Amino acid sequence: MQQFFEILTKPDNLPIVFLLFSVIFFTWFAWTKAKKNDAQGYPVEATLDDKVQVWPYLVRVEFLATIAVMAVLVIWSITLDAPLEEPANRALTPNPSKAPWYFLGLQEMLVYFDPWIAGVVLPSLIIVGLMAIPYIDINPKGNGYYTFKERKFAVLVFSFGFLILWCLLIFIGTFLRGPGWNFFMPGEKWDPHFVAVLTNVDFSEMWPFNIATRMPDGSLNPAAFIFGAVCVFGFYSLGPLYWLRKRNTDFMKKLGLVRYAIVSFLFLTMMGLLVKILLRLIPTFLGMNPVKYVWVTPWFNV
Amino acid sequence: MLEAFKKTEVYKSIFRHSYQDTQRNRALQIVDNVFLHLHPVRVPRHATNIGYTWGMGGITFLLFLVLTITGIILMFYYRPTAQYAYEDMKYLMNDVPFGPLIRNMHRWAAHAMVLTVMLHMFRVFLTGSYKPPRQFNWVVGVILLVLTLLLSFSGYLLPWDQLAIWAVTVGTNMARATPLLGHEGPFGPELGMMPDNDVRFVLLGGTEVGPPTLLRFYVGHCIFLPIIAAIFMAVHFWRVRKDGGISGPETPKKT
Repeated sequence: MQQFFEILTKPDNLPIVFLLFSVIFFTWFAWTKAKKNDAQGYPVEATLDDKVQVWPYLVRVEFLATIAVMAVLVIWSITLDAPLEEPANRALTPNPSKAPWYFLGLQEMLVYFDPWIAGVVLPSLIIVGLMAIPYIDINPKGNGYYTFKERKFAVLVFSFGFLILWCLLIFIGTFLRGPGWNFFMPGEKWDPHFVAVLTNVDFSEMWPFNIATRMPDGSLNPAAFIFGAVCVFGFYSLGPLYWLRKRNTDFMKKLGLVRYAIVSFLFLTMMGLLVKILLRLIPTFLGMNPVKYVWVTPWFNV
Repeated sequence: MLEAFKKTEVYKSIFRHSYQDTQRNRALQIVDNVFLHLHPVRVPRHATNIGYTWGMGGITFLLFLVLTITGIILMFYYRPTAQYAYEDMKYLMNDVPFGPLIRNMHRWAAHAMVLTVMLHMFRVFLTGSYKPPRQFNWVVGVILLVLTLLLSFSGYLLPWDQLAIWAVTVGTNMARATPLLGHEGPFGPELGMMPDNDVRFVLLGGTEVGPPTLLRFYVGHCIFLPIIAAIFMAVHFWRVRKDGGISGPETPKKT
């Protein structure tokens, strides 16, 4: 437990402690505001729409905020020194080697995906997906006030992505991943000699499919290749299938096929992340071998 | 004496209006001031409510200013070569008056800025402020978020200690797996990608994190990225004004 406390209070990890508290606070805060707005039927912001002079009413808020932030920053800087370790040495690899804290969510994804997905494709999709949000969310409601009722899907998906897939994974990556990127519960000692006994299998090799990925001579089993392709494409075909069912609704017509294709692709990719994490975790809890790849090809693995 | 000075041409050329508390002077206070004229003269009351805005965008900008100032001071003491970088850090932390304070402020403000940028995005999403007419400004905001992360990441290498070099090694190792452009990425080898000609090589200026990387990251961190960020910030703030100021409910319903 003492070691966990040490990791928790490492100066460079303090921002994550801030992150944890501020994100929980602001989520709760926005939630209460949204609930209040939803319950009374009109946004509370609409009752505060009379104009006030920026000088002094806005400038003084900015001024006070500036003083508060500067005070916190100066005290923080006086009390805690920024870390400076031994000089850079390529011959000495620390274990664990960790990226800066804001990338640890992505580093955590490396457990579940190969680097080309976790390190390149997913970050690119996050950026592109974020930029696409204003153009694929055609719901005109909820513009300029807190609400949940009027845009449930948008708020739920974004909160899931931000709170769970971004913040929680950063937290896990920082505090619960020790030497060898092994998982340690809070209080467990980070033992560098700990060897996790992991026999990963591919999805096709699991019960009840039992299709070996490799032939006895080591070459790729075509049946496993096709099985994996069917799984991946089958998963993404949930998008078109849902569209076929709902295409005649007013909402779908307004959304249009292009927007729907983008939404469903991004949404399914996000859920695919979750599926892959669960394929790893659930068998572990059931005492089975966790899944490594769903689809193995000669060029890349998913 | 002061009254007499106030009547001179010099005084009047500097201060354009008196300080009496009138509507007109309050307005002039904003529009006649280069630093304050980013603001409109008047805003809806909810825009001054911290419960609505969380103030995270403004705090991010403040932290950017703090980082610029402390960063320039740090540049006086730091040489971006593998030979001197670490020694300069030691010198800064041990011998330079207020050196640790300046460096600590730079580092903690950088961490805080990443945090406030994320919270700003969260707030803007929850209030639906990216909806028309502000769609494009959200895109600019996403670019600024990425630039903030890149700025922080490139600065992470500069102390040239174990923490720096290995964090950046872990981060940039991802680039070798880039599809098509990395030597370990899907279809990379098929396109002739090798450790010494792929996208990671371009990023690092070598096949591993070394002295050329330090110089590259330094120039990026101190010149290239801040200029790009400043340009996008100008667009971001300008668009906030042009798109009708801070977001708010469109059809106010009075109780």
